[in-house]
Amino acid sequence: MFIFFYLLYICLKLICIRVNSLCRPTAYRTSSNQLCSSKVFIQRDYSSGTICKFQTKFPSELESRIDEQQFEETIQTLNNLYAEAEKLGGKSYLEGCLASLTAYTIFLCMETHYEKVLKKIARYIKDQNEKIYAPRGLLLTDPIERGLRVVEITIFEDRSIGSGR
Amino acid sequence: SGCSPCPPPPPAAAPLPPPPRRLRPFNTLDPLPSSDPDPPCEGSRSPRKKWQVFPGRNRFYCDGRIMMARQTGVFYLTLVLILLTCGLFFTFDCPFLASNLTPAIPAVGGVLFIFVMGMLFRASFSDPGILPRATPDEAADLERQIDSAGCSRPPPRTREVLINGQAVKLKYCFTCKIFRPPRASHCSLCDNCVERFDHHCPWVGNCVGRRNYRFFYLFILSLSLLTVFIFAFVITHVILNPSQSLTLLCTVLEVVVCFFSIWSIVGLSGFHTYLISSNQTTNEDIKGSWSTKRGKDNYNPYSYGNILTNCCAALCGPLPPSLIDRRGLIQSGTPQTVSQSNGTSNSSYASTQLHSNMVGEGRRHTARY
Repeated sequence: MFIFFYLLYICLKLICIRVNSLCRPTAYRTSSNQLCSSKVFIQRDYSSGTICKFQTKFPSELESRIDEQQFEETIQTLNNLYAEAEKLGGKSYLEGCLASLTAYTIFLCMETHYEKVLKKIARYIKDQNEKIYAPRGLLLTDPIERGLRVVEITIFEDRSIGSGR
Repeated sequence: SGCSPCPPPPPAAAPLPPPPRRLRPFNTLDPLPSSDPDPPCEGSRSPRKKWQVFPGRNRFYCDGRIMMARQTGVFYLTLVLILLTCGLFFTFDCPFLASNLTPAIPAVGGVLFIFVMGMLFRASFSDPGILPRATPDEAADLERQIDSAGCSRPPPRTREVLINGQAVKLKYCFTCKIFRPPRASHCSLCDNCVERFDHHCPWVGNCVGRRNYRFFYLFILSLSLLTVFIFAFVITHVILNPSQSLTLLCTVLEVVVCFFSIWSIVGLSGFHTYLISSNQTTNEDIKGSWSTKRGKDNYNPYSYGNILTNCCAALCGPLPPSLIDRRGLIQSGTPQTVSQSNGTSNSSYASTQLHSNMVGEGRRHTARY
């Protein structure tokens, strides 16, 4: 009886090890496909001051991957969204005054206007990645993940090595 | 140029080194135990939060919700002075003033006191606008750009930008490995680059930067009002009711604290009112960055032109979120900042990154702090 359970235990352990090795990300497998990446960084454009704005200059590394116009449109839309977040106007003043009157406790219950726009930006980037960039082997990283310093574009190259090892 | 080859898979143990002991939280203010602070063993690691591996010299409390500078002694002195003076005022002077003059006096005093404390805590405990350090990939890319810029040694570590017609130099920060945005500065006490850096305030126990300048200003403004208020009514109390020795001792203490505070705090409020109306930082004013003494054509490119817009922008403008995401979980595979770099490259997780939005998922709504 004990021998039976012991053998069962050994079998289960072997199965688990096998499943784990199958579940490892593609890049670990010594298979014929290897995904490699390089990165391009779109820096900030400070010509209009300290507002969040990215350079629309088209990087040469992306020339073979995507239209210059498409890229510029993406960056310009991002710039417009950030401008909307940081806009000084009646609505932001109202929010600021209301917040200072409530000693900023109001933000425990509601989001700031900036945070709402950041969520909009995250959705836009996800959408752009799914529709335009991922099919071309590119990935846009949300600038907020990089402290609003850069727009990081990862370029994936599918380098197929010959069959078998 | 070219594609980086995939590195060998990381070892089976968790890729991140355990943080040095000195970064462990001082959870004295946290009544409830938060996530398991000490990983019990290598096999079952609970995910760490980003504040636990933060490279700057800051202290975090309440599981990353509160952050301050390393030296907080003077902050406690500020707290003691305010609490002591207000405590003595409400205990010894308010009963007399409420009954003989009007109960509105302690009421207004109470409101002012709560506002002062609220603004103090907000200025002290929030992120002043710290810029996260560059990831290893970014730093390498910048280095490549700098080195390829010219053959001269040493390579230039400044960039010039034209902002509203005024030439502004952007300096490279060796610690954070980034070109500092305009108006940002590196605080040597906290070892962080801070956006729109004003100054490091020991009284508040934190840097004063873009995200907490308005709280700092409202704190000193309301504190000057409170000080004048207490001073005036304590004098009134003494004049109307010359009293016994204990109350007299407390009164003298209050008057002394208020008298010296008024000179310094009201003066500081006035100075910051001037800075706000001209849209300058303390840092810029001290250095004389926009002073006409530097050149006839020197002017402040950030000013909106009129005092009202400058004030509204500084005090009522949109509050940017924290860029450092203190309470986010560290995802294995996300690039660590330069000082924590341990050779783990995220290119090996390329395929998972394509299909999952993990980088976006890792971010929490607590960015508002």
